[in-house]
Amino acid sequence: MISPKLVEVGRHINIDLVMCSEVKSVEGEPGNFEVSLVNHPRYIDPVKCTGCGECMRHCPVTAVNQYNMKLDDRRATYIEYAQAVPLAFAIDTDTCIGCGLCENMCIAKAIKYDDKERETSLKVGSVIVAVGSQGFDPSGLDYLGYDQYTNVVTSEEFERILSASGPYFGHLMRPLDREEPKSIAWLQCVGSRDVNRCGNGYCSSVCCMYAVKESMIAKEHVHGELDCAVFNMDMRTFGKDYEKYYLRARDKDGVRFIKARVHSIIEVPETGDLIIQYADETGKMKEETFSMVVLSVGLQVQSDAAQLAERLGIKLDKYHFVESNPFTPVATSRPGIYTCGVLQGPKDIPGSVTEASAAACLAGAELAEARGTDTPKVEVPEQIDVTGQDPRIGVFVCNCGINIGGIVDVPAVKEYAATLPHVVYTDENLFTCSQDTQDKIKEKIIEHNLNRVVVASCSPKTHEAMFMETLEACGLNKYLFEMANIRNQDSWIHSKQPEIATKKAKDLVRMSVARAAALRTLHEKVVPINKQALVIGGGVAGMNAALSLGNQGFNTVLVEKEAELGGYSRKLHHTIEGADIQAYLKTLIDEVTGHDKIDVLTGAKITGFEGFKGNFATEVMLGSKAEKRRIEHGIFIVATGAGEYRPKEYLYEDDERVVTQVGLSDILEEKGTAGLDSVVMIQCVGSRNDENVECSRICCQNAVKNALHIKKLNPDAQVYVLYRDIRTYGLLEDYYTEARKQGVIFIRFDKDAPPDVQSSTEGMLVTVKDHILQQNIEIRADLVALSAGMVAEDTTEVSQVMKLNRNPEGYFIEAHVKLRPVDMPSDGIFLCGTAHGPKLISEAISQAQAAASRAVTFLAKDAIKLSAITAKVDVDHCVKCLTCVRSCPFGVPEFNVNEKVIEINEAICHGCGVCASICPRQTIQLSYYDDDQIMCKIDALLEAEGM
Amino acid sequence: MRLDYPASIKIIRLPCTGKVDVIHLLRAFQKGADGVYVVGCLEGSCHYNEGNFRARERVEHVRMLLEEIGLESDRVRMYNLSSGEGPTFAAYAKEMNENIRSLGPNPLKDSAKA
Repeated sequence: MISPKLVEVGRHINIDLVMCSEVKSVEGEPGNFEVSLVNHPRYIDPVKCTGCGECMRHCPVTAVNQYNMKLDDRRATYIEYAQAVPLAFAIDTDTCIGCGLCENMCIAKAIKYDDKERETSLKVGSVIVAVGSQGFDPSGLDYLGYDQYTNVVTSEEFERILSASGPYFGHLMRPLDREEPKSIAWLQCVGSRDVNRCGNGYCSSVCCMYAVKESMIAKEHVHGELDCAVFNMDMRTFGKDYEKYYLRARDKDGVRFIKARVHSIIEVPETGDLIIQYADETGKMKEETFSMVVLSVGLQVQSDAAQLAERLGIKLDKYHFVESNPFTPVATSRPGIYTCGVLQGPKDIPGSVTEASAAACLAGAELAEARGTDTPKVEVPEQIDVTGQDPRIGVFVCNCGINIGGIVDVPAVKEYAATLPHVVYTDENLFTCSQDTQDKIKEKIIEHNLNRVVVASCSPKTHEAMFMETLEACGLNKYLFEMANIRNQDSWIHSKQPEIATKKAKDLVRMSVARAAALRTLHEKVVPINKQALVIGGGVAGMNAALSLGNQGFNTVLVEKEAELGGYSRKLHHTIEGADIQAYLKTLIDEVTGHDKIDVLTGAKITGFEGFKGNFATEVMLGSKAEKRRIEHGIFIVATGAGEYRPKEYLYEDDERVVTQVGLSDILEEKGTAGLDSVVMIQCVGSRNDENVECSRICCQNAVKNALHIKKLNPDAQVYVLYRDIRTYGLLEDYYTEARKQGVIFIRFDKDAPPDVQSSTEGMLVTVKDHILQQNIEIRADLVALSAGMVAEDTTEVSQVMKLNRNPEGYFIEAHVKLRPVDMPSDGIFLCGTAHGPKLISEAISQAQAAASRAVTFLAKDAIKLSAITAKVDVDHCVKCLTCVRSCPFGVPEFNVNEKVIEINEAICHGCGVCASICPRQTIQLSYYDDDQIMCKIDALLEAEGM
Repeated sequence: MRLDYPASIKIIRLPCTGKVDVIHLLRAFQKGADGVYVVGCLEGSCHYNEGNFRARERVEHVRMLLEEIGLESDRVRMYNLSSGEGPTFAAYAKEMNENIRSLGPNPLKDSAKA
């Protein structure tokens, strides 16, 4: 999942990777920092290293493989994992014996035994600290037996065990005897929510979800039955769509979830099985035996984070997370330095990726004036027109050091290539990807008038883009290029059969040459980008998005359907941290309305929409005046928000002593606790039920916030919270602990046995079955506060007009849950705030900044090049059967009623080819994968195969 | 990962299995291929939403067509895996190779040569 991101970072022209380095100090001020670095030696020059791995294969020294959580070995000369970026090896000098074998084997001459520690410095305008986290180390927690029993592993170790590239190649085995387990227990909250044993009072936010995931994958991996049990205090599946996943594990896959904190684990010496002792809900002691135990270890900041923070001059909290303010979630205490990820607070991948974009947004805003002044640009010469020319193919066969050359007879493949049709030049190179070979290829293209190039080497996935750039650099269209993968698909696979490998290499080259001859010049359409942005929704998220865009220098139109800005947060008073929301809102509204780049349209309704990335046009009707306005914009951000569920349950409609949490905070704000000696709160009202399966994420902290508020105003008041799971994730856990300390009583109830609420003259009477006493208790309350969930704003109209997809709960769907959490599936459209799903104000703010940041990657360009790999319709032969219109997963093909033709807009075509293959008349072709370009490969393979 | 799999297998790269056309599969048999298989993403995780489902339908269709002309339908198959599953890829390659070996050569091969 992460490897495309790695490759993108590695190849990005404006990203310099400085590896093996530590920050010594950061001097200066925002816009002008000087960063001093210590560069540790890696002993292999990453520029020269081609990643072939010969050094590693010849290294005689074994070392413990940290990447696989010490479950297997690696060499002293190593690379952490196959997809690592940069793809360069390193020598671990702690274990290296200095035998010199790797130096002898390295044809690229990349080994540098005399590599030394150096000090360098960088001049930058902003700094982002994202040093992340490490898993909690359970060594020393003797009751868990991690140090004594081999079959007790951490969740990090278990992840590697499940991985296909892990120590057991993806076979689920327990470490002791490499037997497949029959039962596995997960123990939650190891190193989290535990002040006594480890001092980590916070919730790590991610362990419940990964335990559910691991249990489901484990069940898939085993050959027979597998019993999975997750021992937990609360299941905290609070993220978007997480509850559904949890229920699937429980109800469909039969994962058992047991409410207990395990008090000891004992090994059965004969079998290596583990006996777990725990007290069940009624307090009865129970014992169960499992083949394996997984400790769901929490997140913890790196042990040296405190020293780093000191060097950077930023403040950390008591758990060593960066101290931040709910309204500026990614800012640190030092201006110009930002943070994101787990260093900011425990969180999952979508949250980390979102914050990363938010931090980039603020870091970029600081430097907006200087944008583009320090970024490299590539000059591309004008393209040579090759239309009408016969194919003149050059074939470059790579030895890849000895990776290919050591097995495949490269000279023979080269000679063979010369005999193939249209081939006018052949060559072999030691490393075709090296800079000097690129120069040589350019030279030969010009010298021999080549109009097609075939490189027979490694994977197009890693190297195609680079070779295409080489073609472009000498004026050849980049789509006149084809690769034959004679390494990953050949020499590496058939290393023990050189003759077969050589024959296969010839086959692959013949296929590629055939396809190369059929390739055509393709032009990437360039579309200009309209530099104006549109933000839909004027709540906290929408305003922050607009403000971030405005601060980056882009004109932004902010449309709000209500007459006033502010959205749902107008009803809120304080965050759980005590920050004043109304004061913040006032400042925010002033800032937005006073911003010279932001145009605010209130009472606005979206009535029309057209266009594609870079060139949208939206028609807006302005309420009172019924005036229509057309807004042209390059991108837009959806921030339509959500509101509080209006309960049908618990006499909310019938008795004014039943209020929602928002209603309760109004009372506390206006009248204090007068007449409130006993308050009952009921959780999960309108959430986690049959109507709305999802968790609303924020209601638990809302209840804790109001409970603490009551206790602050009237310490003698009785507060009861009736809950199903308390989901005060991350640092919110501290407030939950505090509430319990102050005597707030938490009583768990079952979904199938909800509390009963009755009106009476003495007050409200609430009956609930206590899970410890196992009997009904009755509580008299002056007020019942319902933790009503969140409901998405009704966006039926806007989603139809703008063709935006929503999930069954009415929240908009992001492009990729983890990697693109604020992008919508279509380019140029972004998403933030509660329109995406329930969330806290601080989370909505970082998401808004993230959406703006993603939008700026578009707006900062004058024009974008579209991929030429798109579908094209042959309108002369098309019979307008509309099969393509119905089949396209993205709704791209359209019937143009005036012209009476099918049109495929190349700006929005994703290039998957579904329409091309489904067209019954074969009148659609996918460029670069035209039928003849595929067929000729099949023909070339089979024609000469000497069957 | 450098996992060994049979050399009889040659890969043709497409942007998505949704681009695999019935005609491509049939062409391979016409030209004498002994077997063809399509390897797509896991069902439900197609980058283009549903390409692998389309491919499965087409593979099923080709299986039917092969039966009709007297060839074994099992000469064409569809496999699904994720890009992180090298060992599974190799296992499927071996499985398909064994399967084709047991079916013997494509009887159309002679006419393909002619």
